[in-house]
Amino acid sequence: MALSSGDVQRIAHLARIEITPEEAAEVEAKLAGIFALIEKMRGVDTTGIVPMAHAQDVALPLRDDVVTEDDRHELYQGVAPAVQSGLYLVPKVVE
Amino acid sequence: MSSVELTSALLDRIDAANPRLNAFLARDRERTLAQARAADARLASGAATALTGIPVAHKDVLMTAGWRTTCGSRMLEDFVAPYSAFVVERLEEAGMVLVGKTNMDEFAMGSSSETSYFGPVRSPWNPDYVPGGSSGGSAAAVAARLVPAATGTDTGGSIRQPAALSGVCGLKPTYGLCSRYGLVAFASSFDTPGPFAQTAQDCALLLNAMAGHDPRDSTSLDRPREDYLRLLGAAGGAKPLAGLRVGMPKEYFGAGVEADVEAAVRAAVRELVELGATTVELTLPNVELAVPVYYVLAPAEASSNLARFDGVRYGHRAAKYADLTDMYKKTRAEGFGAEVKRRILVGTYVLSHGYYDAYYLKAQQLRRLIADGFRAAYRRCDVIVGPTAPSAAFKLGAKTDDPVQMYLNDIFTVAGNLIGAPAISIPCGFDRNRLPIGLQIQGDNFAESVILNVAHRYQQATDWHRREPAEVAAERAR
Repeated sequence: MALSSGDVQRIAHLARIEITPEEAAEVEAKLAGIFALIEKMRGVDTTGIVPMAHAQDVALPLRDDVVTEDDRHELYQGVAPAVQSGLYLVPKVVE
Repeated sequence: MSSVELTSALLDRIDAANPRLNAFLARDRERTLAQARAADARLASGAATALTGIPVAHKDVLMTAGWRTTCGSRMLEDFVAPYSAFVVERLEEAGMVLVGKTNMDEFAMGSSSETSYFGPVRSPWNPDYVPGGSSGGSAAAVAARLVPAATGTDTGGSIRQPAALSGVCGLKPTYGLCSRYGLVAFASSFDTPGPFAQTAQDCALLLNAMAGHDPRDSTSLDRPREDYLRLLGAAGGAKPLAGLRVGMPKEYFGAGVEADVEAAVRAAVRELVELGATTVELTLPNVELAVPVYYVLAPAEASSNLARFDGVRYGHRAAKYADLTDMYKKTRAEGFGAEVKRRILVGTYVLSHGYYDAYYLKAQQLRRLIADGFRAAYRRCDVIVGPTAPSAAFKLGAKTDDPVQMYLNDIFTVAGNLIGAPAISIPCGFDRNRLPIGLQIQGDNFAESVILNVAHRYQQATDWHRREPAEVAAERAR
Protein backbone atom coordinates (compact mmCIF):
# COMPACT_ATOMS: atom_id res chain seq x y z
CA MET A 1 0.00 0.00 0.00
CA ALA A 2 2.69 2.48 -0.96
CA LEU A 3 1.28 5.95 -1.22
CA SER A 4 2.33 8.35 -3.92
CA SER A 5 1.98 12.10 -3.66
CA GLY A 6 -0.64 11.77 -6.39
CA ASP A 7 -2.60 9.53 -4.02
CA VAL A 8 -2.40 12.11 -1.24
CA GLN A 9 -3.69 14.89 -3.47
CA ARG A 10 -6.47 12.68 -4.84
CA ILE A 11 -7.65 11.69 -1.34
CA ALA A 12 -7.32 15.27 -0.12
CA HIS A 13 -9.58 16.37 -2.94
CA LEU A 14 -12.14 13.64 -2.14
CA ALA A 15 -12.05 14.77 1.50
CA ARG A 16 -12.28 18.43 0.47
CA ILE A 17 -9.23 19.36 2.56
CA GLU A 18 -6.55 21.59 1.08
CA ILE A 19 -3.05 20.11 1.44
CA THR A 20 -0.34 22.47 0.25
CA PRO A 21 2.75 21.09 -1.57
CA GLU A 22 4.78 22.05 1.53
CA GLU A 23 2.53 19.96 3.78
CA ALA A 24 2.20 17.05 1.36
CA ALA A 25 5.55 15.43 2.11
CA GLU A 26 4.95 15.25 5.84
CA VAL A 27 1.37 14.09 5.41
CA GLU A 28 2.58 11.38 3.02
CA ALA A 29 5.24 10.18 5.49
CA LYS A 30 2.86 10.01 8.45
CA LEU A 31 0.17 8.28 6.38
CA ALA A 32 2.72 5.71 5.20
CA GLY A 33 3.27 4.69 8.82
CA ILE A 34 -0.44 4.35 9.45
CA PHE A 35 -0.96 2.30 6.30
CA ALA A 36 1.87 -0.01 7.32
CA LEU A 37 -0.05 -0.65 10.55
CA ILE A 38 -3.24 -1.33 8.62
CA GLU A 39 -1.49 -3.74 6.22
CA LYS A 40 -1.09 -6.19 9.12
CA MET A 41 -4.72 -7.21 8.92
CA ARG A 42 -4.70 -8.05 5.25
CA GLY A 43 -3.02 -11.43 5.51
CA VAL A 44 -5.72 -13.05 7.65
CA ASP A 45 -8.09 -15.44 5.89
CA THR A 46 -11.65 -14.15 6.24
CA THR A 47 -13.38 -16.23 3.57
CA GLY A 48 -17.05 -16.64 4.27
CA ILE A 49 -17.12 -14.38 7.31
CA VAL A 50 -20.09 -12.03 7.45
CA PRO A 51 -18.92 -8.42 7.91
CA MET A 52 -19.84 -6.91 11.28
CA ALA A 53 -21.02 -3.35 10.72
CA HIS A 54 -22.42 -2.81 14.17
CA ALA A 55 -21.79 -3.70 17.79
CA GLN A 56 -25.37 -4.82 18.36
CA ASP A 57 -27.45 -6.92 15.97
CA VAL A 58 -30.49 -4.73 15.79
CA ALA A 59 -32.77 -3.64 12.98
CA LEU A 60 -33.23 0.04 12.18
CA PRO A 61 -36.23 1.19 14.24
CA LEU A 62 -39.16 2.63 12.30
CA ARG A 63 -41.74 5.17 13.35
CA ASP A 64 -45.02 6.56 12.02
CA ASP A 65 -44.70 9.12 9.24
CA VAL A 66 -46.09 12.08 11.21
CA VAL A 67 -44.64 15.48 12.01
CA THR A 68 -43.14 15.47 15.50
CA GLU A 69 -40.68 18.35 15.44
CA ASP A 70 -41.49 22.04 15.67
CA ASP A 71 -39.89 24.82 13.63
CA ARG A 72 -36.45 25.56 15.07
CA HIS A 73 -35.15 27.54 12.09
CA GLU A 74 -34.08 30.53 14.16
CA LEU A 75 -32.40 28.44 16.82
CA TYR A 76 -30.43 26.29 14.40
CA GLN A 77 -29.57 29.11 12.01
CA GLY A 78 -28.51 31.36 14.86
CA VAL A 79 -25.11 29.65 14.76
CA ALA A 80 -24.63 29.91 10.98
CA PRO A 81 -21.82 31.97 9.39
CA ALA A 82 -24.18 33.63 6.85
CA VAL A 83 -27.93 33.36 6.45
CA GLN A 84 -30.60 35.35 4.69
CA SER A 85 -34.32 34.76 4.57
CA GLY A 86 -33.92 31.36 6.17
CA LEU A 87 -31.33 30.24 3.63
CA TYR A 88 -27.61 29.58 4.09
CA LEU A 89 -25.41 31.85 1.99
CA VAL A 90 -22.50 30.30 0.07
CA PRO A 91 -20.34 31.37 -2.88
CA LYS A 92 -22.14 31.27 -6.22
CA VAL A 93 -21.87 27.88 -7.94
CA VAL A 94 -23.82 28.44 -11.14
CA GLU A 95 -22.91 31.42 -13.32
CA MET B 1 -23.21 21.66 53.11
CA SER B 2 -25.39 23.22 50.45
CA SER B 3 -24.89 22.79 46.73
CA VAL B 4 -24.02 26.49 46.48
CA GLU B 5 -21.28 26.08 49.12
CA LEU B 6 -19.87 22.93 47.54
CA THR B 7 -20.09 24.31 44.01
CA SER B 8 -18.49 27.64 44.93
CA ALA B 9 -15.63 25.86 46.65
CA LEU B 10 -15.02 23.67 43.61
CA LEU B 11 -15.25 26.61 41.20
CA ASP B 12 -12.55 28.36 43.27
CA ARG B 13 -10.44 25.22 43.19
CA ILE B 14 -10.88 25.01 39.39
CA ASP B 15 -9.84 28.65 38.99
CA ALA B 16 -6.66 27.93 40.93
CA ALA B 17 -5.79 24.63 39.24
CA ASN B 18 -6.83 25.19 35.64
CA PRO B 19 -3.92 27.41 34.55
CA ARG B 20 -1.68 24.46 35.43
CA LEU B 21 -3.87 21.56 34.20
CA ASN B 22 -5.86 23.13 31.33
CA ALA B 23 -8.59 20.57 32.05
CA PHE B 24 -11.48 22.99 31.58
CA LEU B 25 -12.62 25.00 28.58
CA ALA B 26 -15.98 26.81 28.89
CA ARG B 27 -17.01 27.87 32.38
CA ASP B 28 -19.76 30.25 33.53
CA ARG B 29 -19.81 30.90 37.25
CA GLU B 30 -23.12 32.73 37.31
CA ARG B 31 -24.91 30.08 35.35
CA THR B 32 -23.41 27.32 37.46
CA LEU B 33 -24.36 28.98 40.74
CA ALA B 34 -27.91 29.53 39.46
CA GLN B 35 -28.14 25.75 38.90
CA ALA B 36 -26.74 25.19 42.40
CA ARG B 37 -29.38 27.47 43.92
CA ALA B 38 -32.10 25.61 42.04
CA ALA B 39 -30.66 22.34 43.32
CA ASP B 40 -30.71 23.59 46.91
CA ALA B 41 -34.36 24.58 46.50
CA ARG B 42 -35.13 21.12 45.15
CA LEU B 43 -33.25 19.47 48.03
CA ALA B 44 -35.26 21.55 50.50
CA SER B 45 -38.54 20.60 48.84
CA GLY B 46 -37.85 16.88 49.07
CA ALA B 47 -37.98 16.31 45.30
CA ALA B 48 -34.26 15.55 45.03
CA THR B 49 -32.42 12.51 43.64
CA ALA B 50 -29.10 11.12 44.90
CA LEU B 51 -27.36 13.30 42.30
CA THR B 52 -29.16 16.58 42.98
CA GLY B 53 -26.79 19.43 43.76
CA ILE B 54 -23.69 17.41 42.88
CA PRO B 55 -21.30 19.21 40.49
CA VAL B 56 -20.49 17.55 37.17
CA ALA B 57 -18.27 18.39 34.21
CA HIS B 58 -19.09 17.37 30.64
CA LYS B 59 -16.55 16.45 27.99
CA ASP B 60 -16.61 19.17 25.33
CA VAL B 61 -17.74 16.69 22.65
CA LEU B 62 -21.18 16.61 24.30
CA MET B 63 -23.61 19.34 23.33
CA THR B 64 -24.76 21.54 26.24
CA ALA B 65 -27.50 24.01 25.27
CA GLY B 66 -26.33 27.60 25.52
CA TRP B 67 -22.73 26.65 26.34
CA ARG B 68 -19.79 26.73 23.96
CA THR B 69 -19.12 23.22 22.67
CA THR B 70 -15.81 23.04 20.83
CA CYS B 71 -14.78 19.35 20.66
CA GLY B 72 -11.29 20.72 21.33
CA SER B 73 -11.23 22.11 17.78
CA ARG B 74 -10.74 25.41 15.99
CA MET B 75 -13.59 24.24 13.76
CA LEU B 76 -16.03 24.80 16.63
CA GLU B 77 -14.09 27.45 18.54
CA ASP B 78 -17.05 29.80 18.94
CA PHE B 79 -19.89 27.32 18.48
CA VAL B 80 -22.65 27.56 21.07
CA ALA B 81 -24.75 24.39 21.21
CA PRO B 82 -28.43 24.91 20.35
CA TYR B 83 -29.47 21.78 22.24
CA SER B 84 -28.21 19.36 24.85
CA ALA B 85 -27.11 15.76 24.49
CA PHE B 86 -29.35 13.04 25.94
CA VAL B 87 -26.85 12.18 28.69
CA VAL B 88 -26.51 15.88 29.54
CA GLU B 89 -30.31 16.22 29.73
CA ARG B 90 -30.54 13.16 31.96
CA LEU B 91 -27.95 14.39 34.47
CA GLU B 92 -29.53 17.85 34.42
CA GLU B 93 -32.95 16.31 35.15
CA ALA B 94 -31.38 14.48 38.09
CA GLY B 95 -30.31 17.91 39.38
CA MET B 96 -26.57 17.80 38.77
CA VAL B 97 -24.82 21.18 38.54
CA LEU B 98 -22.71 21.83 35.42
CA VAL B 99 -19.40 23.43 36.40
CA GLY B 100 -17.83 23.46 32.94
CA LYS B 101 -16.81 21.67 29.74
CA THR B 102 -13.66 19.65 29.74
CA ASN B 103 -10.73 19.74 27.34
CA MET B 104 -10.03 16.78 25.08
CA ASP B 105 -8.15 15.52 22.03
CA GLU B 106 -9.64 17.23 18.99
CA PHE B 107 -12.88 15.53 17.91
CA ALA B 108 -12.05 12.72 20.36
CA MET B 109 -9.16 11.54 18.19
CA GLY B 110 -6.23 10.82 20.45
CA SER B 111 -4.87 9.01 23.47
CA SER B 112 -3.17 11.83 25.34
CA SER B 113 -5.31 15.02 25.17
CA GLU B 114 -2.43 16.74 23.36
CA THR B 115 -4.20 17.46 20.08
CA SER B 116 -6.65 20.01 21.48
CA TYR B 117 -6.60 23.33 19.64
CA PHE B 118 -6.74 24.94 23.10
CA GLY B 119 -3.53 23.34 24.36
CA PRO B 120 -2.85 20.01 26.04
CA VAL B 121 -4.25 18.82 29.33
CA ARG B 122 -1.60 18.03 31.97
CA SER B 123 -1.71 15.20 34.48
CA PRO B 124 -2.53 16.31 38.04
CA TRP B 125 0.03 13.72 39.19
CA ASN B 126 2.92 15.35 37.29
CA PRO B 127 2.48 18.34 34.95
CA ASP B 128 5.13 17.02 32.52
CA TYR B 129 2.96 13.97 31.84
CA VAL B 130 -0.25 13.40 29.92
CA PRO B 131 -3.55 12.52 31.61
CA GLY B 132 -4.44 10.14 28.77
CA GLY B 133 -7.05 10.78 26.11
CA SER B 134 -9.22 11.65 24.49
CA SER B 135 -11.29 12.44 27.64
CA GLY B 136 -8.20 13.75 29.47
CA GLY B 137 -9.84 16.90 30.81
CA SER B 138 -12.63 14.93 32.50
CA ALA B 139 -10.20 12.37 33.93
CA ALA B 140 -7.82 15.06 35.21
CA ALA B 141 -10.68 17.04 36.72
CA VAL B 142 -11.85 14.07 38.78
CA ALA B 143 -8.29 13.05 39.70
CA ALA B 144 -7.50 16.58 40.91
CA ARG B 145 -10.75 16.53 42.90
CA LEU B 146 -12.04 19.55 41.00
CA VAL B 147 -15.34 17.75 40.45
CA PRO B 148 -16.66 14.45 41.84
CA ALA B 149 -18.17 13.30 38.55
CA ALA B 150 -17.54 13.91 34.89
CA THR B 151 -18.68 12.53 31.57
CA GLY B 152 -16.51 11.21 28.78
CA THR B 153 -16.89 9.31 25.55
CA ASP B 154 -15.15 6.08 24.59
CA THR B 155 -14.64 5.22 20.91
CA GLY B 156 -11.33 3.31 21.11
CA GLY B 157 -10.61 3.62 24.83
CA SER B 158 -11.10 7.31 25.45
CA ILE B 159 -12.76 6.90 28.85
CA ARG B 160 -10.84 3.87 30.11
CA GLN B 161 -7.32 4.85 29.11
CA PRO B 162 -7.41 8.37 30.65
CA ALA B 163 -9.06 6.82 33.74
CA ALA B 164 -6.07 4.48 34.00
CA LEU B 165 -3.43 7.15 33.36
CA SER B 166 -5.10 9.61 35.74
CA GLY B 167 -5.90 7.19 38.56
CA VAL B 168 -9.70 7.39 38.53
CA CYS B 169 -12.63 5.12 37.60
CA GLY B 170 -13.97 5.30 34.06
CA LEU B 171 -16.74 3.15 32.65
CA LYS B 172 -17.55 2.38 29.01
CA PRO B 173 -21.09 0.97 28.97
CA THR B 174 -22.44 -1.46 26.38
CA TYR B 175 -22.82 0.31 23.03
CA GLY B 176 -26.36 1.57 22.66
CA LEU B 177 -27.11 1.78 26.38
CA CYS B 178 -26.51 5.55 26.54
CA SER B 179 -27.95 7.53 23.64
CA ARG B 180 -25.52 9.24 21.28
CA TYR B 181 -27.98 12.09 20.61
CA GLY B 182 -26.01 15.30 21.05
CA LEU B 183 -22.66 13.50 21.12
CA VAL B 184 -20.72 15.07 18.24
CA ALA B 185 -20.08 12.02 16.11
CA PHE B 186 -16.59 10.65 15.53
CA ALA B 187 -17.26 6.95 14.72
CA SER B 188 -20.93 6.13 14.92
CA SER B 189 -20.65 2.40 15.50
CA PHE B 190 -18.13 2.89 18.33
CA ASP B 191 -18.91 6.16 20.17
CA THR B 192 -20.15 5.47 23.72
CA PRO B 193 -20.81 8.07 26.44
CA GLY B 194 -19.93 7.09 30.01
CA PRO B 195 -19.06 8.33 33.51
CA PHE B 196 -15.85 9.15 35.38
CA ALA B 197 -15.87 9.14 39.19
CA GLN B 198 -13.68 8.26 42.16
CA THR B 199 -15.42 4.94 42.81
CA ALA B 200 -17.20 2.19 40.89
CA GLN B 201 -20.23 2.82 43.08
CA ASP B 202 -20.42 6.44 41.90
CA CYS B 203 -20.03 5.26 38.30
CA ALA B 204 -23.03 2.97 38.85
CA LEU B 205 -25.06 5.86 40.28
CA LEU B 206 -24.22 8.01 37.26
CA LEU B 207 -24.95 5.18 34.83
CA ASN B 208 -28.40 4.75 36.37
CA ALA B 209 -29.14 8.33 35.29
CA MET B 210 -27.32 8.25 31.94
CA ALA B 211 -28.68 5.01 30.50
CA GLY B 212 -31.99 4.80 28.72
CA HIS B 213 -33.82 4.50 25.43
CA ASP B 214 -33.87 7.57 23.17
CA PRO B 215 -35.88 7.50 19.93
CA ARG B 216 -33.73 10.36 18.61
CA ASP B 217 -30.76 7.94 18.33
CA SER B 218 -31.50 5.10 15.92
CA THR B 219 -28.87 2.93 17.61
CA SER B 220 -30.25 3.49 21.11
CA LEU B 221 -31.32 0.20 22.67
CA ASP B 222 -34.79 -0.21 24.10
CA ARG B 223 -34.41 -2.47 27.12
CA PRO B 224 -36.06 -2.75 30.51
CA ARG B 225 -34.61 -0.34 33.08
CA GLU B 226 -31.84 -1.74 35.25
CA ASP B 227 -30.48 -0.64 38.60
CA TYR B 228 -26.72 -0.82 38.15
CA LEU B 229 -26.23 -0.56 41.91
CA ARG B 230 -28.20 -3.69 42.72
CA LEU B 231 -25.27 -6.14 43.08
CA LEU B 232 -23.19 -3.59 45.00
CA GLY B 233 -25.78 -3.36 47.76
CA ALA B 234 -25.95 -7.09 48.40
CA ALA B 235 -24.19 -8.42 51.51
CA GLY B 236 -20.82 -9.79 50.48
CA GLY B 237 -19.42 -11.66 53.39
CA ALA B 238 -15.79 -12.66 53.42
CA LYS B 239 -15.79 -13.94 49.83
CA PRO B 240 -18.03 -11.55 47.90
CA LEU B 241 -16.64 -12.76 44.56
CA ALA B 242 -17.13 -16.47 45.25
CA GLY B 243 -18.12 -18.21 42.03
CA LEU B 244 -16.73 -15.48 39.78
CA ARG B 245 -14.49 -16.78 36.98
CA VAL B 246 -11.88 -14.19 36.01
CA GLY B 247 -10.41 -14.68 32.54
CA MET B 248 -6.76 -13.71 32.01
CA PRO B 249 -5.86 -13.65 28.31
CA LYS B 250 -2.23 -14.54 27.78
CA GLU B 251 -2.06 -11.83 25.13
CA TYR B 252 -2.65 -9.18 27.84
CA PHE B 253 0.47 -10.05 29.83
CA GLY B 254 4.14 -10.26 28.97
CA ALA B 255 5.75 -8.67 25.95
CA GLY B 256 4.58 -5.15 25.26
CA VAL B 257 3.38 -4.46 28.81
CA GLU B 258 5.64 -2.49 31.15
CA ALA B 259 6.90 -4.53 34.10
CA ASP B 260 5.39 -2.21 36.75
CA VAL B 261 2.00 -2.35 35.03
CA GLU B 262 2.00 -6.13 34.81
CA ALA B 263 3.05 -6.42 38.47
CA ALA B 264 0.26 -4.11 39.65
CA VAL B 265 -2.37 -5.90 37.57
CA ARG B 266 -1.26 -9.35 38.74
CA ALA B 267 -1.41 -8.10 42.34
CA ALA B 268 -4.96 -6.87 41.68
CA VAL B 269 -5.93 -10.29 40.34
CA ARG B 270 -4.50 -11.93 43.48
CA GLU B 271 -6.77 -9.60 45.47
CA LEU B 272 -9.78 -10.73 43.41
CA VAL B 273 -8.83 -14.33 44.22
CA GLU B 274 -8.62 -13.39 47.92
CA LEU B 275 -12.18 -12.12 47.54
CA GLY B 276 -13.28 -15.52 46.27
CA ALA B 277 -12.76 -15.44 42.51
CA THR B 278 -11.03 -18.12 40.45
CA THR B 279 -8.82 -17.38 37.46
CA VAL B 280 -9.06 -18.93 34.00
CA GLU B 281 -6.18 -18.82 31.52
CA LEU B 282 -7.45 -17.77 28.12
CA THR B 283 -6.29 -16.98 24.67
CA LEU B 284 -7.92 -14.31 22.55
CA PRO B 285 -6.77 -14.99 19.01
CA ASN B 286 -6.70 -12.03 16.65
CA VAL B 287 -6.59 -9.53 19.52
CA GLU B 288 -3.37 -8.10 18.09
CA LEU B 289 -5.35 -7.26 14.96
CA ALA B 290 -7.80 -5.12 16.91
CA VAL B 291 -5.66 -1.99 16.53
CA PRO B 292 -5.25 -2.10 12.72
CA VAL B 293 -8.91 -3.12 12.34
CA TYR B 294 -9.98 -0.18 14.49
CA TYR B 295 -7.74 2.23 12.58
CA VAL B 296 -9.48 1.26 9.36
CA LEU B 297 -13.07 1.36 10.64
CA ALA B 298 -12.98 4.38 12.96
CA PRO B 299 -11.28 6.74 10.49
CA ALA B 300 -13.68 5.52 7.77
CA GLU B 301 -16.66 6.43 9.92
CA ALA B 302 -14.97 9.68 10.94
CA SER B 303 -14.39 10.71 7.33
CA SER B 304 -18.13 10.44 6.81
CA ASN B 305 -19.14 12.12 10.07
CA LEU B 306 -16.74 15.04 9.75
CA ALA B 307 -17.87 15.81 6.20
CA ARG B 308 -20.53 18.02 7.79
CA PHE B 309 -17.89 20.56 8.82
CA ASP B 310 -17.77 22.60 5.64
CA GLY B 311 -18.30 26.17 6.79
CA VAL B 312 -21.90 26.31 5.59
CA ARG B 313 -24.21 25.78 8.55
CA TYR B 314 -22.04 26.15 11.66
CA GLY B 315 -18.50 26.39 12.86
CA HIS B 316 -15.46 27.90 11.23
CA ARG B 317 -15.62 29.32 7.73
CA ALA B 318 -12.46 30.41 5.90
CA ALA B 319 -12.21 34.15 5.40
CA LYS B 320 -10.86 33.96 1.84
CA TYR B 321 -11.76 31.52 -0.92
CA ALA B 322 -12.12 31.47 -4.69
CA ASP B 323 -15.33 29.44 -4.97
CA LEU B 324 -17.49 26.94 -3.06
CA THR B 325 -15.09 24.01 -3.38
CA ASP B 326 -12.22 26.25 -2.31
CA MET B 327 -14.31 27.40 0.65
CA TYR B 328 -14.80 23.78 1.73
CA LYS B 329 -11.11 22.94 1.29
CA LYS B 330 -9.74 25.98 3.07
CA THR B 331 -12.34 25.85 5.85
CA ARG B 332 -11.45 22.26 6.59
CA ALA B 333 -7.69 22.80 6.23
CA GLU B 334 -7.87 25.69 8.70
CA GLY B 335 -10.47 24.24 11.06
CA PHE B 336 -9.01 20.76 11.61
CA GLY B 337 -5.71 19.88 13.29
CA ALA B 338 -3.16 17.48 11.84
CA GLU B 339 -4.36 14.27 13.52
CA VAL B 340 -7.98 14.85 12.55
CA LYS B 341 -6.93 15.52 8.96
CA ARG B 342 -4.81 12.35 8.92
CA ARG B 343 -7.72 10.22 10.10
CA ILE B 344 -10.11 11.75 7.59
CA LEU B 345 -7.59 11.03 4.82
CA VAL B 346 -7.09 7.41 5.97
CA GLY B 347 -10.85 6.95 6.16
CA THR B 348 -11.43 8.50 2.76
CA TYR B 349 -8.82 6.20 1.26
CA VAL B 350 -10.18 2.96 2.71
CA LEU B 351 -13.69 3.82 1.55
CA SER B 352 -12.67 4.90 -1.92
CA HIS B 353 -13.33 3.06 -5.13
CA GLY B 354 -11.05 0.07 -5.55
CA TYR B 355 -10.05 -0.09 -1.88
CA TYR B 356 -13.37 -0.56 -0.07
CA ASP B 357 -13.38 -4.39 -0.24
CA ALA B 358 -9.72 -4.81 0.57
CA TYR B 359 -9.76 -2.57 3.62
CA TYR B 360 -13.16 -1.53 4.96
CA LEU B 361 -15.02 -4.76 4.29
CA LYS B 362 -12.00 -6.84 5.35
CA ALA B 363 -11.83 -4.93 8.63
CA GLN B 364 -15.53 -5.56 9.26
CA GLN B 365 -14.96 -9.29 8.74
CA LEU B 366 -12.09 -9.20 11.24
CA ARG B 367 -14.34 -7.29 13.61
CA ARG B 368 -16.66 -10.31 13.61
CA LEU B 369 -13.74 -12.72 14.12
CA ILE B 370 -12.56 -10.72 17.10
CA ALA B 371 -16.09 -10.54 18.53
CA ASP B 372 -16.49 -14.32 18.11
CA GLY B 373 -13.24 -14.79 20.04
CA PHE B 374 -14.63 -12.83 22.98
CA ARG B 375 -17.99 -14.68 22.83
CA ALA B 376 -16.11 -17.98 23.05
CA ALA B 377 -14.08 -16.65 25.99
CA TYR B 378 -17.20 -15.62 27.89
CA ARG B 379 -18.39 -19.23 27.84
CA ARG B 380 -15.42 -20.00 30.11
CA CYS B 381 -15.32 -16.90 32.30
CA ASP B 382 -17.55 -14.12 33.63
CA VAL B 383 -15.16 -11.19 33.27
CA ILE B 384 -11.86 -10.62 31.49
CA VAL B 385 -9.14 -8.62 33.25
CA GLY B 386 -5.85 -7.09 32.29
CA PRO B 387 -4.02 -3.80 32.08
CA THR B 388 -6.05 -0.93 30.62
CA ALA B 389 -2.94 0.45 28.93
CA PRO B 390 0.52 -1.01 28.24
CA SER B 391 2.22 1.69 30.31
CA ALA B 392 1.45 4.42 32.79
CA ALA B 393 1.37 8.04 31.58
CA PHE B 394 4.11 9.25 29.25
CA LYS B 395 5.58 12.72 28.91
CA LEU B 396 3.94 15.38 26.79
CA GLY B 397 5.48 15.26 23.33
CA ALA B 398 6.88 11.74 23.76
CA LYS B 399 4.59 10.13 21.20
CA THR B 400 3.37 13.01 19.06
CA ASP B 401 5.90 12.49 16.26
CA ASP B 402 4.71 9.00 15.36
CA PRO B 403 0.95 8.49 15.10
CA VAL B 404 1.31 4.70 15.24
CA GLN B 405 3.17 4.89 18.59
CA MET B 406 0.20 6.84 19.94
CA TYR B 407 -2.31 4.35 18.48
CA LEU B 408 -0.59 1.44 20.22
CA ASN B 409 -1.71 2.88 23.58
CA ASP B 410 -5.15 1.59 22.67
CA ILE B 411 -4.09 -2.03 22.32
CA PHE B 412 -6.15 -3.30 25.27
CA THR B 413 -9.12 -1.00 24.88
CA VAL B 414 -10.12 -0.98 21.20
CA ALA B 415 -11.50 -4.53 21.21
CA GLY B 416 -14.14 -3.40 23.70
CA ASN B 417 -15.37 -0.87 21.14
CA LEU B 418 -15.19 -3.33 18.25
CA ILE B 419 -17.47 -5.73 20.11
CA GLY B 420 -19.54 -3.07 21.89
CA ALA B 421 -19.29 -4.76 25.29
CA PRO B 422 -18.82 -2.90 28.59
CA ALA B 423 -15.56 -2.37 30.44
CA ILE B 424 -14.32 -0.33 33.40
CA SER B 425 -10.86 0.89 34.35
CA ILE B 426 -10.08 1.33 38.05
CA PRO B 427 -6.86 2.35 39.84
CA CYS B 428 -4.71 -0.58 41.02
CA GLY B 429 -1.30 0.87 41.78
CA PHE B 430 1.49 3.19 40.70
CA ASP B 431 4.60 2.81 38.59
CA ARG B 432 8.18 3.71 39.57
CA ASN B 433 7.51 7.33 38.56
CA ARG B 434 4.51 7.37 40.94
CA LEU B 435 2.07 7.53 38.04
CA PRO B 436 -1.23 5.64 38.23
CA ILE B 437 -1.85 2.19 36.77
CA GLY B 438 -5.31 1.00 35.71
CA LEU B 439 -6.93 -2.43 35.89
CA GLN B 440 -9.44 -3.08 33.12
CA ILE B 441 -12.40 -5.34 33.88
CA GLN B 442 -14.38 -6.32 30.79
CA GLY B 443 -17.70 -8.11 30.58
CA ASP B 444 -19.99 -9.43 27.89
CA ASN B 445 -22.82 -7.27 26.55
CA PHE B 446 -25.05 -5.85 29.30
CA ALA B 447 -22.76 -7.09 32.10
CA GLU B 448 -22.32 -3.62 33.59
CA SER B 449 -23.70 -4.71 36.97
CA VAL B 450 -21.21 -7.57 37.15
CA ILE B 451 -18.11 -5.55 36.28
CA LEU B 452 -19.20 -2.70 38.55
CA ASN B 453 -19.67 -5.17 41.38
CA VAL B 454 -16.24 -6.73 40.87
CA ALA B 455 -14.69 -3.25 40.87
CA HIS B 456 -16.70 -2.25 43.96
CA ARG B 457 -15.69 -5.30 46.02
CA TYR B 458 -12.06 -4.71 45.04
CA GLN B 459 -12.39 -1.09 46.19
CA GLN B 460 -13.85 -2.17 49.51
CA ALA B 461 -10.71 -4.26 50.14
CA THR B 462 -8.09 -1.83 48.76
CA ASP B 463 -7.50 1.92 48.74
CA TRP B 464 -5.79 2.72 45.39
CA HIS B 465 -8.87 4.68 44.35
CA ARG B 466 -8.51 6.95 47.39
CA ARG B 467 -4.98 8.05 46.56
CA GLU B 468 -4.70 11.67 45.48
CA PRO B 469 -2.10 13.77 43.66
CA ALA B 470 0.37 15.51 45.98
CA GLU B 471 -1.11 18.98 45.45
CA VAL B 472 -4.58 17.79 46.35
CA ALA B 473 -3.38 16.03 49.49
CA ALA B 474 -1.38 19.13 50.48
CA GLU B 475 -4.39 21.39 50.05
CA ARG B 476 -6.45 19.03 52.16
CA ALA B 477 -3.85 19.24 54.90
CA ARG B 478 -3.93 23.05 54.90
